[in-house]
Parts: sequence; structure tokens; C-alpha cells
Amino acid sequence: MTNTENFVHELAEKHGRTRNALMPILQGVVAREKYLSEEAMIAVARELDISAADVYGTATFYTFLDTVPRGRNVVRVCKTISCHMHNKDEIIRALEEQLKCKVGETTSDKKFTLLTANCLGWCHKGPVMLVNDDVYPELTPQKAIEIIQEYNRKSN
Amino acid sequence: MEQKQLKRVDLIFEWDEKNTPIQVLDKTLQKTPDAIILEMIDSGLKGRGGAGFPTGLKWKFTRNEDSEVKYVICNADEGEPGTFKDREILDRVPEKIFTGMAICAYVIGAKEGYIYLRAEYNFLLKSLQQKLDKFNQQLKERQIDFSIYLRSGSGAYVCGEESALFESMEGKRGEPRNKPPYPTVAGYNSKPTVINNVETLVYTCEICRMGAEKFKALGTSDSRGSKVFSVSGDTTKPGIYELELGMPLKDFIDEFGDDDAKAVQVGGASGHCVPRKKFNDTIIGFEGIPTGGSMMIFNSSRSMYNVLHDYLEFFTEESCGQCTPCRVGCQQLLKGIEAVKKGERPPTYLEDLKKLTLTMKIAAKCGLGQSVANPFISIVDNFKEEIIY
Amino acid sequence: MSKYMVNLKINNIPIAVEEGTTILDAAKRLNFHIPTLCNHPDLSVAGNCRVCVVEVKGARLLAASCATPVSEGMEVFTNSEKVRIARKHVVELLLSEHNADCTKCFKNGHCELQELASEYRYGDHIFIDLVPFKHKYLDISSPSITKDTSKCIRCQRCVRTCAELQAVSALAVVHKGNHQTISTFMDKPMNDVVCTNCGQCINRCPTGALYERNYIEDVWNAIYNPNKFVVVQTAPATRVAVGEDLGLEPGHRVTGKMVAALKKMGFNKVLDTDFTADLTIMEEGTELLTRLKKALVDKDETVKLPMMTSCSPGWIKFQEHMFPDLLPNLSTCKSPQQMFGSLAKTYYADKINIKAENMIVVSIMPCTAKKFECNRPEMRDSGFKDVDYVLTTRELAMMIKQAGIEFDKLEDQHYDSILGESTGAAVIFGATGGVMEAALRTAYEIVTGKEVPFANLEIKPVRGMDGVKEASIKIKGAKPEWSFLEGVEMNVAVAHGLTNAKILMEAVESGKTNYHFIEIMGCPGGCIGGGGQPIPTSPEIRRKRAEAIYEEDAGMPIRKSHENPEVVEVYKDYLGHPCGHQSHELLHTHYVERKRY
Ligand SMILES: Cc1cc2nc3c(=O)[nH]c(=O)nc-3n(C[C@H](O)[C@H](O)[C@H](O)COP(=O)(O)O)c2cc1C
Ligand code: SF4
Ligand code: FES
Repeated sequence: MTNTENFVHELAEKHGRTRNALMPILQGVVAREKYLSEEAMIAVARELDISAADVYGTATFYTFLDTVPRGRNVVRVCKTISCHMHNKDEIIRALEEQLKCKVGETTSDKKFTLLTANCLGWCHKGPVMLVNDDVYPELTPQKAIEIIQEYNRKSN
Repeated sequence: MEQKQLKRVDLIFEWDEKNTPIQVLDKTLQKTPDAIILEMIDSGLKGRGGAGFPTGLKWKFTRNEDSEVKYVICNADEGEPGTFKDREILDRVPEKIFTGMAICAYVIGAKEGYIYLRAEYNFLLKSLQQKLDKFNQQLKERQIDFSIYLRSGSGAYVCGEESALFESMEGKRGEPRNKPPYPTVAGYNSKPTVINNVETLVYTCEICRMGAEKFKALGTSDSRGSKVFSVSGDTTKPGIYELELGMPLKDFIDEFGDDDAKAVQVGGASGHCVPRKKFNDTIIGFEGIPTGGSMMIFNSSRSMYNVLHDYLEFFTEESCGQCTPCRVGCQQLLKGIEAVKKGERPPTYLEDLKKLTLTMKIAAKCGLGQSVANPFISIVDNFKEEIIY
Repeated sequence: MSKYMVNLKINNIPIAVEEGTTILDAAKRLNFHIPTLCNHPDLSVAGNCRVCVVEVKGARLLAASCATPVSEGMEVFTNSEKVRIARKHVVELLLSEHNADCTKCFKNGHCELQELASEYRYGDHIFIDLVPFKHKYLDISSPSITKDTSKCIRCQRCVRTCAELQAVSALAVVHKGNHQTISTFMDKPMNDVVCTNCGQCINRCPTGALYERNYIEDVWNAIYNPNKFVVVQTAPATRVAVGEDLGLEPGHRVTGKMVAALKKMGFNKVLDTDFTADLTIMEEGTELLTRLKKALVDKDETVKLPMMTSCSPGWIKFQEHMFPDLLPNLSTCKSPQQMFGSLAKTYYADKINIKAENMIVVSIMPCTAKKFECNRPEMRDSGFKDVDYVLTTRELAMMIKQAGIEFDKLEDQHYDSILGESTGAAVIFGATGGVMEAALRTAYEIVTGKEVPFANLEIKPVRGMDGVKEASIKIKGAKPEWSFLEGVEMNVAVAHGLTNAKILMEAVESGKTNYHFIEIMGCPGGCIGGGGQPIPTSPEIRRKRAEAIYEEDAGMPIRKSHENPEVVEVYKDYLGHPCGHQSHELLHTHYVERKRY
């Protein structure tokens, strides 16, 4: 078995092999591998004895279950109204410059993927972004860049 | 008209050392399930998740179902734009949520409870799990046959809709189900299920702590009690506030506005937009405009076209996509206002779109598609110039 | 348990129906037609298209009548102002998302959306055309199934079909919101996924989003080509269904008219797959008896039982994907269509003095998987592609119309000979259980010299629409060479539709069954419900087609395959004996394991 298959197998052992275990298993894969590769989805389908199309169909419903390759750190800037009113566009512009990639893209060193997200639930402290699971409210362009630099250092 | 001044309340986040949540649980479990249901009904508590269904009745219906297996689920999928109060509750007083769930479990006869937490709040998982472990241990010590588990969402607003949430927990796409059957009859795993909002569950705990009488004394006859508001937008005091229900919008704006407020979006993207000229005679509560707590203020520097455009983009992306009125309707509304703005369609096209939202309101399968008419009509009617020019 | 009756009013007319009945069905009983799209009698309720909405007095929302059970005292209005406006909006919205190039569409005239649009005469389209904004994807990778996302209205019938009826789930709903669509694993081409080509999704697609890869022009070209000798074969189930696409009610037998039409269209010879169905029985029956002997007498462990039929190419591909361990259980017999092809381009070509390379073999099939089958590399034993083109029953109906033939006015004609003679045993191949019945009629007689012990040769336990059927026949009075079978209880099972096949295969894999012989047909009802049959389909329609099949059998002068004189002749002249050397060259095949995911 490959690494991924082994990992999926462990997740299935942990969460069980019923359909109800699908979300926790997919979430487990994404937490480690950042996205669901074809190999991972097939492994999940095999473990749960469901069709691969079903796994894909379920995964693509959920914004956080990516099925295309993502960088080691996934940055999601809130784009909904309150953050919009508080200049999320500036934050995005600063990040695009810093990371040298556009929204939806991954940096060439595969360290970062820059995305936008719908309301993250910090409207009183916008603009806000998530880096992986961690939240960074009350951003300024400068602050956003520093946060990214910090992640960059950490992942060296 | 029964009206009150804006009044701060401190129930949700208050920590009563003499009546900790677990003590409230111990005290409450002395009562019979039916007595607790009566107290809930008497308190007038209505769901804080948006739909406003009387909580006591929900519990009663589920209790009356004949089934070995039942579930209590806490809806912590808080995804309505402009709403962030559940996050704060989950962060600061989760024990009250757990207690509310345990009381509910006792009432309906459930052995398992779940908290469905939106993925955007994953940073809370660790501390929540720790506190939950402790609480589950306390239940065990008391030989209460009930445990609570955490489940995560993965980024889908519609999963806050109760039946979509069950689908998601069952490992499927979060597509809302046909109703009937309702969750009280067939919810998670098709078993009778109580699903309540985070805040609702905390109030059930609070009602058990202080009694229905005290709770009832707050608010108005149609809107009993208080509510946690999420205040954002053009405000001098963004944040979370627990206020008595039934307040006039004007008082709210006087306190939170920046003296230039031209509109308030009450209830998030799926709520209503109230223009300045109606502040005076708008009541926030079930008798007026209900809200899941989101209060977003816009001052005169804001373009209401942009606001509406943002909302429609949100719905277009977050619709589950299964039913025609919502999936295609949202796209038509979004493209439609863009076309009017660009002059590709005449201003009268807005009337056609309004009629479309009325169809969505009655023909869409779930609350998402049904509520798009709220922001659309209230913004278009009140700010037509801004939409057209 | 007796059900409660519920009283309600629909358009002010009182009615009492059983508890649990939907508003839609209750209205139907009062002859109120409510339009539907996502609803289908073979599938679970979805309630997502919302064209079936009705008004319920006192309710804030309109109710999806397909998904809402009646309740006591309910007052329903199926055509109120609110309902009409909502329905109009819903249809217009669907149209705005739909690539409505109806005149160029293969489903033109057979589209439920088109029908609704024409019923409501929406001349005043107001909404913006969304088609240009959508990702367009026309998938022609599969030799059987074409998928055009621009025609899709997201009713999810195909997805439910693939999951519920066929247990395959090659199709799934993917993404959400404005990006929601119907797709495959990783959006791969249909030919690269676990699709069995059964075409059941096509039968239930209301629009032109799924349809057969059609070869109508190729076949016309062959007919017009003076250098080609074009022979056509017709499958058993086509003769009880093609009339449905030509204005007749389901259940009409039109064998003679169909033959007449084919002759008028210009085929050089009109022959019958039923002939090779009889041949299949000879080969498969012999194979079964040989397997039984090897397993029971010689104790040969390499011989696998139960033996399973192999006439249904959708079922074969299913097995290759899903249960590769059971491939040795499949009969090595080719399907009747392919036996026909390889014989036509060898034995028959010789007989009528035509060069095989100048012969074109066309099949009229109730099936889309047969289009894939004829392209399998294994199916070239004549030295050429054994079957050149496969047309569905629906394509045949279109060609008959194109040819300007007034079908119902045709005089019955007979199939050409040779390769045109058949028996009642062959025609029942078209219905679930038919191959089993035909095989038993022959095998029992080979072993005992006597007819099967069922009145009028009708083996009722394997007939009918139950998902999995079982039967046992005790062998009494075996001839000396079959004495090892004396007293043996032959256990057989029959399943139709791949979900039922899966249930049966799991039972076989569990080792708890003791079947000797299993018949599987990939489609619900067998070939009469095939993916190439006229649309619509329903349990009722399939029942009528099956009845017609059994009528056809009952009316045949010969009803046992081994008595087919042309079959006797082909063995004498050419093949030698069943499962002999020549048969193995031409009539048998092998299978390949395919990836499960
Ligand atoms: C699109 C949509 C999203 C919703 N999101 C939430 C949510 O995030 N949290 C919530 O408690 N209720 C949400 N609801 C309401 C729930 O369906 C349900 O009514 C609620 O959880 C019941 O709890 P309550 O009675 O305590 O309010 C949503 C409803 C819809 C239609
Ligand atoms: S209204 Fe929207 S979110 Fe709700 S079922 Fe219909 S498409 Fe899905
Ligand atoms: S037929 Fe009822 S919703 Fe589609």
C-alpha cells in the first residue's frame, strides 16, 4: 500500500466504514494532504465500499474539501459583505503581490494557496483570513504580509 | 404597543458560581421530562437559529415519538453572513450548551448528542473537545447514559439547514430533504431528532437555572427573553451584545449607528433590509422583523447595489443547487441586476425579478431559496435608484 | 397491516386515498394531470425540479406534489394562479439554463422539457440565457452513451438510476450552487469510468443530456453503398417494443411489420438474432452440462459453478469491474448478437457467396451496451469486425420514419433464410428469466429425453418481475450418459437489473448458495427494459412488453431451441457439435478484469 492508502486505511479503522464516516475520513485526508488526490478518493471509496464518483460528488459539495492540489498552507480571505466593506480587496492585493500568485492559485514553491471564502464569522473584526485552521482578524495589508512571512519561515 | 427601551441583558455569558451548568443539570434532572417541557413551553422560548420554532414544542414532539434511538444535535454551523455570536458562545461558555443538550436528551430519551461545528471554526475544536471530554466524564460519573460528540462541517452554508446538516453527517452532499417528515420524526439517521441552535440550547440551560418566570419577564409577549446580537458594518461599536427582544430599531441605531446610518440589514444575507425612514416603526422580534442575530449597518457612503450584489453572489455559490427555483433563480437575479446596471435590461426588469423571488419564496425546496426574496425585495424597493444607476 | 384512508379535496373534488399516497398520485386518480420532471416511477422521490408544485390551502409554501403525502382535510389546488405563475417561472428557469437547440437535438420530439415548454407556450421568455456562461462538455468518448451537459436540467434521474437500479454509481451530482452538475469520478470521460453502458440513464433522461451514440447515418451509407452487402439482425425484445416509437401502445407485437420495414429500407437480408439465441442455448446448455460433469464426476476444481449467463454485455462489463473473481463462472458463450456476427461473416457469407469483407452486419438491439460489445477487440473472430453497427430500437424507429414508411399499414413479412428461423425459446430471451427457461427446456430434454415437467413448457417460477427469482428442478429418468445427474436437484436463480445482480453475486461470494446456473440480465425486466428501448419506461410498460414476449412464444410452432431446423443444419454443415472446436473458434470468448474505481 502507498502512504496515502495506508493513511486512509488508518482513518477508516478509526472512524469506521459506514457512510457516516465519510466526512471525518475526507477531513482527515485534507488535514494531512491539503487536498483529495485521485488516489486518496479511490482509497476512500474502496475502504467504504462506495463508488468513487460518490466520493467525488460528496467532496466537491464542500468548499474545504479540495479536489485539486493545494499548497502546504491554505490562505482563505473572507470576501463577504462586512469584510468587503472593510477593504478585503486591499488585503487580497497585498497577498497576491507578496505570494506572487492570484486568488485560486498556488505559489510555485507549493507553500501557499490563496483563496477567498464566504463569511468566516468575524464580521465585527474584518477583514479576516484563515491560514489553515487559524484565524487572523482585524487585518491590515501590512499585518497580512507579516503573517504570511511568519508561515513562510515556519515551513522552511 | 408593548415597547421597551434597549436593555442590555447578561444571561448567556454570565457565570453563576453558585449555579454552574453541571449543577443546573443535577437540579433539572430531579424534575420529570414533562415538567421540563411545560417549563420550556411556558417560557415562550423560540429557536434562535432563524426559524423561531417554539423549543418546548419541538422537544415535546420528539419525546412523543416512539423510537429506541433518538438524537440531540446542536447546530453550530453558523454561516449566515453577519452572524458570529455562536462562535463566541462556543468559545466562552460551551458548558452551557452541553448542559442544554443533556437536559434535552433526558427529556426526549436520547443517548447520543452531536455538535456540528462549521469548518471555519476548526480553531475551536481542540478546546471544545477538552471541555467536552470533561463534561462527558461528569455525565458518566452521574451514570447518565448520554454522550456528546463533535462533528465538523467542511464549508457549506446550506448545511446549517437542519435536514442538509443530517445529510452531511450521514456522509452525503448537504442537500436539504423534502418535508415532511420533519426532524422530530425522522432526522439524523432517519431517527427522531431535536436540532437546536447553539444559543437556543444555552437559553434552555438558563431557563432551567432561573425559571421560566424570570425569562418570560424579558422581551415582549411575542418575543420572550433576550437574544445575542452580532453587530457589524458601519458601527461605532462592532461586537456581540445580549439585548432584550422586541426593541425598536431606532433605539438600536441610536446606540450602535455612526449617525449616518441609511439602512440596517436585519438577519443577515437572508434577512430584511430596513431603510432609515422605517427605523422608527420597526420592531426587532418575532412580531416585527426576526433575526438570527445579525445586525449589519450601512451608512450613506455604501452602495446598496454592491450590498445586494454581494448577497446574491453568496446565494448563487452557496445554494446546494438541487432545486430549480433556487439554483437558477439566484443566477438570474445576480445576472439580472448586473444587466440592469449596465443598461442591458430596462429598469422595469427589476419588477420581473421581484416576481421571480416571490416564486422562489414559495416554490424553493428549503429556507435558503425561500428567503432570497427578503433581501432582494427590501433592497430593490427601498434603494431602486442605487440599483439602477 | 391495513392502511388508513385519508380524506382530502383536490380542486374542490373530495377523494379518499390510502395514507402515504402523494398528492400527485391522488390527483392522478381524479384525472388531474400535474406535470413532473424529476419524478420517475422506477426511482426514489427527489422533489427537486419543482414543476409539480401545487397550492395547499392555508400553507405558506407550495407543495411539491410528488414528494408530499396527503393529509386529512387537505385542500389542494393544482392550477391556481400562484401555481401557474410558479410553474411558469420554474420551466422558464430551466429553459434559461438549457441549451435549447431543439431542432438539432437527437431528442427532438422526445424531450419532456420541450413538451412542457410547448404545453405552456412560453413565448415571452424574459430571463437571461445562462448557457454561454456555463462550462460546456459534450462527451462522445463512449461507443454507447453520449453525454451533453448543456442539455442537463439536473433532475438527477440518471444519478438515481445508476445508483438505485444498477448499483454502479458511475454518475454523481458534483459541485454545488451555480457550478452544480452531473458528472463522473474526477469528471473523466464516460468511457474511462465504471459505466456498464447499460443505458438505463438514457431511458430516464427527460432531455437530450444523455442519449445513445447513434450510427444512423453510417447504416444508411452502408445501405446506399452498392459494393456492400448489408445484413441486419433483430434482437428478441425489439419486436415487442419498436411499435411504441411508431404510434402504437406498449405490448404490441410487430415482428412481421418490423421485418417488412427493414426490407423496404433496403437491407439485403433481414435475419434474426433469435436464430443465434437458439444456438446460444445449444452451446450454453452443453457448456453447463459439461461443467456439471467435470465438477461432479471428475471433481475438477478448476471448473466453476454456478455457471452464469453471458448474453447481456452490460452485465458482463459490470462483472468485469465489480466481481472479477467470479469471471470464471461466466459462460464463455458470446452473446447471440456476436454469435450472429461471427457466423454471418464466415458460414453464411460462404453459403450465399459473398466476400466477408464486403458484408456489413447491422444489429437492431434493445440495448446500448451492445454498441460497446461489438467494438470489443475479442469480437473479431471472423477475421473482421463481426458486427459493424448496432442500432437501438429507437434508432430503428427513427430510420423507419426517415424512410417514409407507414409502419402500421405494412403487411407482415418473414425473415429471410438461413439465419432467420427461430423458436419460442429464443424469443423469450427478451424477458428476464427467458434464457433460463429456454436453457432448461433444452438441457432437461438432452439429459432425460423428456420435456421439462412444466405445463405447456412454461417454467413460471423464473417468469415475472421479482428482482431475484429461484427455482429447482429434480432430474428424473436421466439417460445413461447423464446418469450422474439422476435425482439431482438443479438449483437455478435469475436476476435482472444490476442492483439485483449485485445482491445475488454477494450471496454467491458468501458461499452460502448452492446454485448450478444463474441467469442475469443487466436491465430491469431484462432486454424488454433495455437501455435502447423506446422511452418512456415504467414497471407497467415493461410488464406489457413481457406479456407480448410470452404471447409470441406461445404462438410459435417450435418452442425448443434444439428443434430449430436451421440450428440442426448449422451443426451438421459447419460447426460439428456444440462446444466443439469450430464453436470455440467462433462462438466463445473470454473476459478481462477492469478497474473497480
Ligand atoms: C440556509 C439555512 C441555513 C441555516 N443555518 C443555520 C445555522 O447556521 N445555525 C442554526 O442554528 N440554524 C440554521 N438554520 C436554521 C435551521 O434549519 C434550524 O431551523 C435551526 O437549527 C433550529 O434550531 P432552533 O429551533 O434552535 O432555532 C438555517 C436554515 C437555513 C434554511
Ligand atoms: S432552496 Fe436552494 S439550498 Fe434549498 S434545496 Fe433548493 S437549491 Fe438547495
Ligand atoms: S416532479 Fe415533483 S419536484 Fe420534480
